[in-house]
Amino acid sequence: MSSLRSITLATLAKDIRLEWGSKDALNSMLFFSLLVVVIFSFSFDPNAEESRQIAGGLIWVAFLFAAVVALNQTWSRELRNQVLDAYRVSPAPANALFLAKALGNFLLVSILEGLMAPLFIIFYNLRALGPAWQLMPVALLGTWALVVNGTFFAAVSLRTRSREIMLPLLLFPISIPAVQSMVEATRIILAGDGSARFWIVLLLTYDVVFTTACLALFETVLQAE
Amino acid sequence: MIKQFGRFAALRGVDAKFEAGRLYVILGDNGAGKTTLLRALAGLAQPTKGKISILGKSPEQACREIGYMAHPSLLYDEMSGMENLRYFARLYDIPGDRRCQEVIRAVKLDPELRRQVGQYSHGMRQRMSLARAILHDPGILLLDEPFSNVDVDSAGEMVGLLTSMRNDGKTIFVVTHQAALLEGSADEFVRMQAGKIVDRTSRLGRELPGASTQ
Repeated sequence: MSSLRSITLATLAKDIRLEWGSKDALNSMLFFSLLVVVIFSFSFDPNAEESRQIAGGLIWVAFLFAAVVALNQTWSRELRNQVLDAYRVSPAPANALFLAKALGNFLLVSILEGLMAPLFIIFYNLRALGPAWQLMPVALLGTWALVVNGTFFAAVSLRTRSREIMLPLLLFPISIPAVQSMVEATRIILAGDGSARFWIVLLLTYDVVFTTACLALFETVLQAE
Repeated sequence: MIKQFGRFAALRGVDAKFEAGRLYVILGDNGAGKTTLLRALAGLAQPTKGKISILGKSPEQACREIGYMAHPSLLYDEMSGMENLRYFARLYDIPGDRRCQEVIRAVKLDPELRRQVGQYSHGMRQRMSLARAILHDPGILLLDEPFSNVDVDSAGEMVGLLTSMRNDGKTIFVVTHQAALLEGSADEFVRMQAGKIVDRTSRLGRELPGASTQ
């Protein structure tokens, strides 16, 4: 367990350091999300009530698409110079690598959400009528749902020829329950339209099930030729 | 052992036993199956048929005993050599920087060099790659083309290091097209052709591939 934790932290620190040096993933995600916010706000020009109804869908779809940009780059560093082989021949647990990558993506997407949330609020004139604090668990659980599957399927599509296309093809269908939960919970909280408890519990269940499945299957994916 | 990639058989029935504490040079033309054999020994390629036993274990179980140097560097270009080794040391539970500095010096590089590996010359990258492979002091070393694009002096130094490691009891497999470099050090030359081992000799015959390469 200590080896899992120390290797996860070492890999995470290495990935953060490399991303901090290049800022490849963060810049691409920020640019993409910014475009979505600006283009949609000019296209729809909704009033405050309409904004509360559509913002949940808009925010999460923007983050989902932006996350795919980061997820596609997650493993590309490991493919250059075949560094992944150095990990595969080591005694380090496969799940340490998976957890480090998932946590790294979680951090990146969370930073993106932190930077983009004020813009969404300004451009769409958002003010929550329900308990706004509930947006925090929705954001945390929703982001984890996106990155845990995204990290896994990015690894699955690693050795395919057109992995940029393969990732969304694999990820989006399986993310539908999570995206629906995030969108519905956000809409309910923003519009003050009852309780979002059901959707938050559904999101939590989704996270537990898919994190367990990804951890159970990742070693097979890593060792695939 | 047979190893197939789809319908193509890279290894077509390799049946061999290698003794510990010897330096083996694996020779053969391009496509003979040398790299596939090395990858199978490292546990990176699963045999389609047959099995590999290293010290009575599977390659995956014996991974702490195996050091692998591939044709690509297996290093992060954006990090310095020391930073790379520090990370890989964590994968093998090696604490501190001492061992990293030791192996970098052993391959005649400077542990204080802050330059990123991506800015190294090819020869320096090869040596740093060798340092990564020997970092955890493995008993078995699998080296794929360690001397490619390395100048003669550096290659000579690498051969000296490999010879002293063999003398310390390590088992070393070197895939190379420059077999002549190892003529005085190798214990056995293993020749592969079309996915099979066709010859094993203790002396490098002039007709063997790489025999005349200097």
